[in-house]
Amino acid sequence: MSGLKILRIGPAASVQDTGRPGLLGQGVSQGGAADPLALAEGAALLRQDPGLAALEMGGMGGEFEATGPLRIALTGAPMAATLEGEPLAWNASHRMEAGQRLSIGAARRGVYGYLHLGGGIASEPLLGSRAVHLMAGLGRAAAAGDLLPADSDRNNETGLVLAAENRFQGGELRIVESFQSGLFPEPVRTRFAATAFRRGGRANRMGVEMVSDGEGFAADGQLNILSEVILPGDVQMTGDGKPFVLLRECQTTGGYPRIGTVLPCDLPRVAQAQAGAALRFCWIGLEQALEIQAKFEKSLKGLPAACRPLVRDPAVLRDLLSYQLISGAVSAEADPFATGETA
Amino acid sequence: MNSQEALAYPLVRRAGLNGMLVSFDSSLSEASNRAALAFGSAVEALPLEGVVETMASLASVFVRFDPADLRHEALEAALETLLTARNWLQAPLPAGRRFWRVPTVYGTDLAPQLGEAADAAGLSEAQAIESLGAARVRVLTIGFAPGQPYLGSLGPEWNLPRQTELTPMVPRGALVQAISQFVLFSNPAPTGWRHVGQTGLTLFQPGAAQPFALRPGDEMQFEPVSKPDFLKHCEDEPLLGGAIVAEIAA
Repeated sequence: MSGLKILRIGPAASVQDTGRPGLLGQGVSQGGAADPLALAEGAALLRQDPGLAALEMGGMGGEFEATGPLRIALTGAPMAATLEGEPLAWNASHRMEAGQRLSIGAARRGVYGYLHLGGGIASEPLLGSRAVHLMAGLGRAAAAGDLLPADSDRNNETGLVLAAENRFQGGELRIVESFQSGLFPEPVRTRFAATAFRRGGRANRMGVEMVSDGEGFAADGQLNILSEVILPGDVQMTGDGKPFVLLRECQTTGGYPRIGTVLPCDLPRVAQAQAGAALRFCWIGLEQALEIQAKFEKSLKGLPAACRPLVRDPAVLRDLLSYQLISGAVSAEADPFATGETA
Repeated sequence: MNSQEALAYPLVRRAGLNGMLVSFDSSLSEASNRAALAFGSAVEALPLEGVVETMASLASVFVRFDPADLRHEALEAALETLLTARNWLQAPLPAGRRFWRVPTVYGTDLAPQLGEAADAAGLSEAQAIESLGAARVRVLTIGFAPGQPYLGSLGPEWNLPRQTELTPMVPRGALVQAISQFVLFSNPAPTGWRHVGQTGLTLFQPGAAQPFALRPGDEMQFEPVSKPDFLKHCEDEPLLGGAIVAEIAA
């Protein structure tokens, strides 16, 4: 069985897939990749099932050695990557031969980068998933010396690239009202959407702190409400009225009130915001939210068809190969100087 | 709508983009929890395409669904109809309940917030231990973390608000208290509740055939023991910490 041996790894790396839906009643939240879009992109680049497990790397990557020939893809927060010292394009698929070394550096933008293996990572499933869920005590962070075994790979296509939606610099988060929104007086909800937030220093796979100048956002009866179900995307106010956006590895229930719920399709933007990134909330109605989310889910299905060959022109210097990453796919909103991720 | 008191229960509300919450009361009571447990089972038995999962909570039932298969209006109507099918506040408790007696150290360095909680309840530490140790509480719901119970109800003197600042970390087996309830922690975690007791009970074993020890409806009592006795229990029975389990006759 081919795989990757971990020679060196950052402190916040773990195997992730789409998580464990269906265990809410046992107190286990779904968990899974902090940026599910990156998971889907990697699957598209490797022409495989989006439910397969990949290695999620928070903030920084590591160094890996192939134990046999295998395919890899790199997605999520752009990180500097080299194979045997040669730069690799991000958001692209590549081939590794036995004994070759892959080196992945720190995130240049965003937080969570992903390393996918052809066939998926075949770690031992627990309660129906391979997703490490630290809060639940399911699995553990990846460590030097671990082997990431690749499951059997029926495909051999590599050299594909996908334009990545820029979700790595904060931005606008669309939010719908939920069952506790009414606990927050109307002026508080209005002020919430008018406030410029920055991602705070406290952030992990469970939730992300939002900080702002001025007073906090308190609900009526803040400290005495009944504990209720938590949904990923809920914006919870702690005792001092400070918002946390809860992610998919959050607890399943909680007693701090939630002002509303960020759309699932905007959660990668929350997870991938670096400390200090500017974020803002925008209230939208349920019908509009359902349309936006449905459109996002449809776009996920279109990812395999959106993969393009990495251009390999022998007349071009080798280290320019990686410049092809964003060819023909610059977003109208993107800062042209902030894209063009190269190794 | 500025407070929950103005609302008429039972109540069906939308939760996020793809959820529905049926609440039987704004506060916990024996009857509202009984209703939630029974209604949750009834929703699971409904032949509704598009329901993904349900969770009975303290006094409410959450239903997650796929809006592509089931429209919000259709699910709302189905839940309203089910609400009128019987008096849920008088529904029976689940079958197969058990009674757990759990040796517990109150206070000491193992549970450093007992004094603070006793003060807030207007009791001495000795009175607090007597009160908490004599309470026979029910697993109202499992939540927050895997296999982790909310337990109640304690007397009105224990209706204490959560802390405004989180306690950074309590260990596995920590017994914490707020709003007339206990929570018994299945894993180390931060909490807004006060750490009043420490047990040696393991509630969640990921690899085991039965990963989750407790079920909603089970009853528990946290019997005071000395720290040396507690440590001995933990050494003798690392998973149970001296806990004794018995079936409750139906």
